Amino acid sequence: MKVLVPIKRVVDYNVKVRVKADNTGVDLANVKMAMNPFCEIAVEEAVRLKEKGVVTEIVAVSIGPKTAQEQLRTAMALGADRSILVETDEDVQPLGIAKALKAIVDEEKPELVILGKQAIDGDNNQTGQMLAALTGMPQGTFASEVNVADGKVKVTREIDGGLQTVELTLPAVVTTDLRLNEPRYASLPNIMKAKKKPLDTKTAADLGVDLTPRVTTVSVEAPAERQAGIIVGSVDELVEKLKNEAKVI
Amino acid sequence: MSALEYFNETHQMVRATVRKFVEKEILPHVDDWEEAGEFPRELYGKAAEAGILSINAPEQFGGTGEDVFMKVAACEELVRCSSGGLCASLGSLDIGLPPVWKWGSEAMKEKVIPEVIGGEKISALAITEPNGGSDVANLRTRAVRDGDHYVVNGSKTFITSGVRADYYTVAVRTGDKGYGGISLLLVEKGTPGFTVGRKLKKMGWWASDTAELFFEDCRVPVENLIGPENGGFYCIMSNFQMERLILAVTANSTAQLALDECLRYVKEREAFGRPLAGFQVTRHKLAEMATDIKASTEFTYRVAAKIAAGENCVLDVSMAKNVATRCADRVTYDAVQLFGGSGYMRGTIVERLYRDNRILSIGGGTHEIMNEVIAKQMGL
Ligand SMILES: Cc1cc2nc3c(=O)[nH]c(=O)nc-3n(C[C@H](O)[C@H](O)[C@H](O)COP(=O)(O)OP(=O)(O)OC[C@H]3O[C@@H](n4cnc5c(N)ncnc54)[C@H](O)[C@@H]3O)c2cc1C
Ligand SMILES: Cc1cc2nc3c(=O)[nH]c(=O)nc-3n(C[C@H](O)[C@H](O)[C@H](O)COP(=O)(O)OP(=O)(O)OC[C@H]3O[C@@H](n4cnc5c(N)ncnc54)[C@H](O)[C@@H]3O)c2cc1C
Repeated sequence: MKVLVPIKRVVDYNVKVRVKADNTGVDLANVKMAMNPFCEIAVEEAVRLKEKGVVTEIVAVSIGPKTAQEQLRTAMALGADRSILVETDEDVQPLGIAKALKAIVDEEKPELVILGKQAIDGDNNQTGQMLAALTGMPQGTFASEVNVADGKVKVTREIDGGLQTVELTLPAVVTTDLRLNEPRYASLPNIMKAKKKPLDTKTAADLGVDLTPRVTTVSVEAPAERQAGIIVGSVDELVEKLKNEAKVI
Repeated sequence: MSALEYFNETHQMVRATVRKFVEKEILPHVDDWEEAGEFPRELYGKAAEAGILSINAPEQFGGTGEDVFMKVAACEELVRCSSGGLCASLGSLDIGLPPVWKWGSEAMKEKVIPEVIGGEKISALAITEPNGGSDVANLRTRAVRDGDHYVVNGSKTFITSGVRADYYTVAVRTGDKGYGGISLLLVEKGTPGFTVGRKLKKMGWWASDTAELFFEDCRVPVENLIGPENGGFYCIMSNFQMERLILAVTANSTAQLALDECLRYVKEREAFGRPLAGFQVTRHKLAEMATDIKASTEFTYRVAAKIAAGENCVLDVSMAKNVATRCADRVTYDAVQLFGGSGYMRGTIVERLYRDNRILSIGGGTHEIMNEVIAKQMGL
């Protein structure tokens, strides 16, 4: 069976981002970029399914700038068999990405789509759900365990109250949570092999989708500096301060 | 890849892999290994699995093929593990193995290279002797031909991976006095007459095993000759080029790590009611450190690019080693200073870097020997 793994190029999680002086966004000039960590987990899960013999082909796809080739190459070094770049310089948003992915799903007909539950740039947590809605596939989000058998996928989900297990009929969409697995690193021989794996480039026009952003960012502000704490003398004083100063109760 | 970039996409991926290897396999244990004075032998196997030991080795034996900047990238990331000794021992194949793949017999290559880059066996280079390391041309360990063997007598010292190695690339005297009488021999651990002394205690590089080696009527088969008989001096000098480049890269990366530690500390640590970064004198010191590191690193990259292009770089690489180690000497000294009393305490990274760094202007040819090489190239 074929699995599609959408991945996103984002600022490396080690980078401390800075808000641009004009508050239009985050400064990306000369900032180290990497594969979104949740996407790494998605790739890892797909590779494990292939190692178990459940999956026969892994196709990685990214919707983003030309430089997202680097992340696709990484996905292939980790075990994806080939990849597709939908090249765009738009500031892509979940709905546009989901539409592009639907077009890819229509072409590729994967039985499983595994993707990160969110990307650490926008923290939207929408793409997987929108893709499921657009394609009519069932969805298992925030997966901490995935088992594929007999045309079905069992997904253990991390929810507020604990764990929930859902069973979906394939084809299905699964989004990954942090504890699903611990991604491997690409070995040098696999990095070398990845250079020879196919990477196709398409445009939004090829797919007949419109990636123009629908949501406008009004302003981006850095979080307020944390203020120094104080030690209170009694519970009464604490309650008084929470009520009248912090105004949280 | 822009024309200004030395590292291509593959190098960046290798960098990411080595970084993750360091984060996952080394950093959680590095302080314990430093205190214990060694790291587990299994780490060679793990590094081999990630392919890290195969860089530059010939493709036909499972290596990546020659790629200078891949080596540079991997070395820079490995140094981030903060243990110079670990880097030295894990990396001893970088000086021990190239003579095998460049000048060894086919049978030797087929046997030795896969085992070493596969992390099963450890390779070391043994040139230095108790009587002297700088004056390589006058080394004294003798190898006398007797039938189809060489009979080796003498000793070596300060040999990195000396305790644990399985294959030693040993410089011996097979001929007359001077550089024209030197050869390289591959000596295997366990060869009768070959013994390893105790593990030497050192100022730094604690996690590496450094040892003395003794040869007493040690019989080594003639097929273990690496390169032409009495032609070893050229092989040794040629091998030094890459070693010196890697030492320069190591010095730059050590300095960078020390600087990064300082940048974090000066924002956290307060004196006289403000963070250390609040003093102009501190900021300027950090600015000087960063400037020196940048200048040295850019120069080292330039030399690496020349080596990658196949140019003869004896002069440049000697200069790069001296520039980089002098820079790292200053930066690690200043880093300890900026940390105050904590900088003198074990467990602080800059304390270790300060000690580990000291060897870099001694090993692989001392600062003075580099100056000798440079002066000679200047026609003096
Ligand atoms: C931790 C460690 C690991 C090492 N690993 C290895 C290894 O794996 N394999 C190996 O073969 N060796 C190794 N060495 C040895 C190292 O290469 C030598 O220590 C180095 O080459 C210097 O030789 P020496 O110690 O005999 O010093 P000497 O040659 O005795 O020099 C002493 C001093 O005299 C100076 N000097 C010498 N000649 C001249 C000259 N002509 N003009 C001006 N000054 C001069 C030197 O610069 C130095 O300052 C290692 C050393 C250490 C400390
Ligand atoms: C082995 C050892 C033994 C010791 N023994 C004793 C002892 O017996 N008794 C005792 O009381 N103490 C002792 N000390 C402590 C020692 O005196 C302090 O470490 C030293 O005074 C520096 O203080 P600090 O470590 O808090 O560094 P900090 O004060 O935090 O200084 C950190 C850095 O900031 C710099 N800095 C600080 N203020 C300024 C400024 N205004 N302008 C510019 N730069 C500034 C410092 O020069 C230093 O480089 C000992 C320390 C060690 C390491």
